[in-house]
Amino acid sequence: MLITSPAFKQNAHEALADAQLQKAMGHVRSGFIDKRSHAVEALPEFDALRDSARAIKDHTLANLDLYLTAYEEKVLAAGGKVHWAETAAEARGIVLDICRMHDAKTVAKGKSMITEEIELNDFLEASGIRPVETDLGEYIIQLRGEHPSHIIAPAVHLNKEQVEADFRRVHTDLPPERDLSDPASLLGEARRVLRQKYFEADIGITGANFLVAETGSSIIVTNEGNGDLSQILPRVHVVIASIEKVVPTLEDAAQILRVLARSATGQEMSVYTTVSTGPRRPNDPDGPDEYHVILLDNGRSSMLGTEFQEMLRCIRCGACMNHCPVYHAVGGHAYGWVYPGPMGAVLTPSLIGVDKAGHLPNASTFCGRCESVCPMKIPLPKMMRHWREREWERGLNPTAARTGLKFWAWFARRPALYHLATWLAFPLLAVAGGRKRRFGFLPLAGGWVRHRDMPAPQGRTFMQQWRDRDALKQGSPL
Amino acid sequence: MSAREAILGKVRKALDASGNAGRLDNVWDRLMEAPAGIIPTRAQLDPEARVELFCRMATQAAATVARVAGEEVVPAAVTAYLRARNLPAKVRMGGDRRLKAMPWVNERTLQVRHGPSDGDDEASVSHAAAAIAETGTLALFSGKDNPTTLNFLPDHHIVVVDAADIGGDLESVMRLARARYGKGEMPRTLNFITGPSRSGDIEQKLLLGAHGPRALHIIVVDG
Ligand code: SF4
Repeated sequence: MLITSPAFKQNAHEALADAQLQKAMGHVRSGFIDKRSHAVEALPEFDALRDSARAIKDHTLANLDLYLTAYEEKVLAAGGKVHWAETAAEARGIVLDICRMHDAKTVAKGKSMITEEIELNDFLEASGIRPVETDLGEYIIQLRGEHPSHIIAPAVHLNKEQVEADFRRVHTDLPPERDLSDPASLLGEARRVLRQKYFEADIGITGANFLVAETGSSIIVTNEGNGDLSQILPRVHVVIASIEKVVPTLEDAAQILRVLARSATGQEMSVYTTVSTGPRRPNDPDGPDEYHVILLDNGRSSMLGTEFQEMLRCIRCGACMNHCPVYHAVGGHAYGWVYPGPMGAVLTPSLIGVDKAGHLPNASTFCGRCESVCPMKIPLPKMMRHWREREWERGLNPTAARTGLKFWAWFARRPALYHLATWLAFPLLAVAGGRKRRFGFLPLAGGWVRHRDMPAPQGRTFMQQWRDRDALKQGSPL
Repeated sequence: MSAREAILGKVRKALDASGNAGRLDNVWDRLMEAPAGIIPTRAQLDPEARVELFCRMATQAAATVARVAGEEVVPAAVTAYLRARNLPAKVRMGGDRRLKAMPWVNERTLQVRHGPSDGDDEASVSHAAAAIAETGTLALFSGKDNPTTLNFLPDHHIVVVDAADIGGDLESVMRLARARYGKGEMPRTLNFITGPSRSGDIEQKLLLGAHGPRALHIIVVDG
């Protein structure tokens, strides 16, 4: 996947002018926020559960090596196989080996962000293996050759007319006069088309919401049931998960499950929470003959022990982007890589480098809504600030920004001069603002004034007013 | 160096985990004791109120629920469900002993097939191991007599659960799993099911029947 994060500004610009996208993004604003808040209100223990969930992940991360090896031992004991991968390329290689071993032609995939991260689909296709996305949203964007624009609602940037056009383009064996005008008919068609694919697939690949050290289980949480069909019908089930997905016990998973669905879709519990352990047992009438887990690092271990460690608590619920005004305005693709919104603004620089993704932590108004809704209480704004500092230290900001800030800093450190300058400039600017008292043009700020005017300063400066206020408080006349 | 050693090495270094001997004890204790954490008070009820809460929550998740007086009337309840929805009088089920003990022969018109689903079944019948009042959730363990395909392939999934097996919280199922399979052991699949399959992927409109069953019907058996 081409990383377009360095072009965030251009991406955002285009997104704002994209009428289809802007219409579709309305569904995010109206859909997710109310549902979440109702679910949260209905559970008095919600906030206590957030603290509990955070403590579980903090404890696990502090002992990650031990929990990973405990988990591995249990997977092996249940008859599964564990593969470790340091990089995306290693993980892809392991998947390919498994496919080759079984002479696989088709792979059915449950929804998984980690396989997006390692760009598995392109790789499999290039190796002559057909990956079939089975989650409705993922299926739609696979038909379009796109990437998810949201971590739990991958096709949220599309309207139903676009989906209809794609289905007509691809499902050419179906009668052209069929009615596909409402979402239900689109869903029905996808269901019929994909049903066959599960049976054809030699291998099923899913991600994992949790890995449980106590039992060696992987857990997926879904609503459609495609992740289940993908893992019970093919002969081989491959789980790809990053190392921070591990939790100690089933009870710990239960604590986090209680905040996950509510934060994501506002459900009390998602429709299917599936705990999978090893391959089918000798007498089982169905289920996969083989069970593989690929444990992927891909940059996580480098976040441990740094100011970004807390980001590893993320359970990919999507609440931060659902509540983010910047995400609402530009959608997920503008972020230019796999993970959008506030969690992407923190995670993407960690995984692909702040030199490429430096714009993302800057694309924030610091309104703080993401942190206030994050079920894992991840201090997202604070970490975006850390990235800004690192970017500054490494001299990665554009020259104009650096020069401007340096100039301002020079002034700010000389208060007498600063006050004199503002005292002199204020009345001049007030006059320059003209009768409308606004500027429609400002040097160096063309982008800003293109969409709004800058009000001209009126009256006295802030510092002057502050002094007056102090004087009033002390009761002395002006 | 293997990828395994490399990753674990990086993790240990980042955690500065060398001289900390107490860690292993902590981790071991946690794995052994599995402390419960915060349990919502919502479902800490007496048995009858728990069953009522279960029915209410399952209905809220778009399942349909029927309460019947005893095992012997379950086959009639299944037939009634199929008839009310104009479905063919055919079901697929596993060999679960509680289902087997029911008088299916009384339903003359009902055709019962056994074993996993091949994808052509319109309706299946499963027996849940347990249920959870807190969220209206069913818990089904896979095994010789409980094929997992029955939970996902048919359009209509009919699940029988004993009222006595309805617990308050998610943790009650974790305890059951330990009692049944042993500490740290699990069957191949444990399915928690809350309502019928759905998707909101097109314009965030919630539609039932995505890939799994379009309808989930729960028969709660009292007595
Ligand atoms: S950062 Fe928090 S809110 Fe955002 S996806 Fe992760 S867990 Fe959810």
